[in-house]
Amino acid sequence: MKGKTAIIGDGESILVFKAVGVEPFSVKSAGEAEKILDEISKDYKIIFITDDFAAEIDDKIKRYTAKSYPIIVSVPSKAGSNGYGEKVLTDAMEKALGINLFSANGK
Amino acid sequence: MRLNVNPTRMELSKLKTRLKTATRGHKLLKDKTDEMIRRFSEIIREDKALRDSLEAEISLTLKKFSFARTLAPKSDVELAFSMPAVSVEIDCDVKTIMNVPVPKLTLNKAENKEKYPYSFGFLTEEADVAVDAAGALIEKMVRLAELEKATTMLADEIEKSKRRVNALEYVLIPNLQETIKYIGMKLEENDRSSRTRLMKVKSMMFSEQ
Repeated sequence: MKGKTAIIGDGESILVFKAVGVEPFSVKSAGEAEKILDEISKDYKIIFITDDFAAEIDDKIKRYTAKSYPIIVSVPSKAGSNGYGEKVLTDAMEKALGINLFSANGK
Repeated sequence: MRLNVNPTRMELSKLKTRLKTATRGHKLLKDKTDEMIRRFSEIIREDKALRDSLEAEISLTLKKFSFARTLAPKSDVELAFSMPAVSVEIDCDVKTIMNVPVPKLTLNKAENKEKYPYSFGFLTEEADVAVDAAGALIEKMVRLAELEKATTMLADEIEKSKRRVNALEYVLIPNLQETIKYIGMKLEENDRSSRTRLMKVKSMMFSEQ
């Protein structure tokens, strides 16, 4: 099964990924990002989304976790990471193990 | 809490089989959860390391490119990127980790002869650098996508199976044990009362003669 990839983000900085075959969707607000996500979630297998929007539409993204596809992954925006990706991992870990392994290691 | 059943031999033997099944199910589920947790912690470690290294690289690439973009008119940039140079094909499969269907992705990179989708006069050098970096990044990003999905899905599944184990261990099994004990005692009690009745009847018959 072949899958297409997309990236949702702000401005045109995400356009660079078009050069490597990732379809960019430029949005201005979190609401717009949510709408685009709904529209493309059937056609694209992997959807990257910059974490400034991802943090705001967290609830929406969580709805997609139950199925194997599409995969929705947050990536940092050009302003740098806002810790959303980290939070997803920490949440999953606390859910599964009951503790946060990384904070215990001081990482 | 005792189950609401009649204290009969039939029920007793039924409950005993149920208890046996429940105990076996509990052991199996517990083993499954343990193994899932082991796999999960392996995956999450790799995921975390990859994300840490990737986050800085991605935002650097985006920053570089947005800088390059400001040096050229908007329409030029859009035109320049209208045709992708490298077509990335991703095989999307599903593999199972302990019966959880997680995605398995393989990247087929078919590189064209020309590395950049535009001619050199079009955009500045920063754009080239950013495109190069993006090409190198995409492989890692796909791997990250795969790992992260596996993490969240496994976490959900572990939570579910933990809940099942606890329900068996702290609710169903004690309930069954209690009920079995109750029925056993009730049957003994009935036995004793019928025996004393018989003895009483017998003694009455003797005294009449």
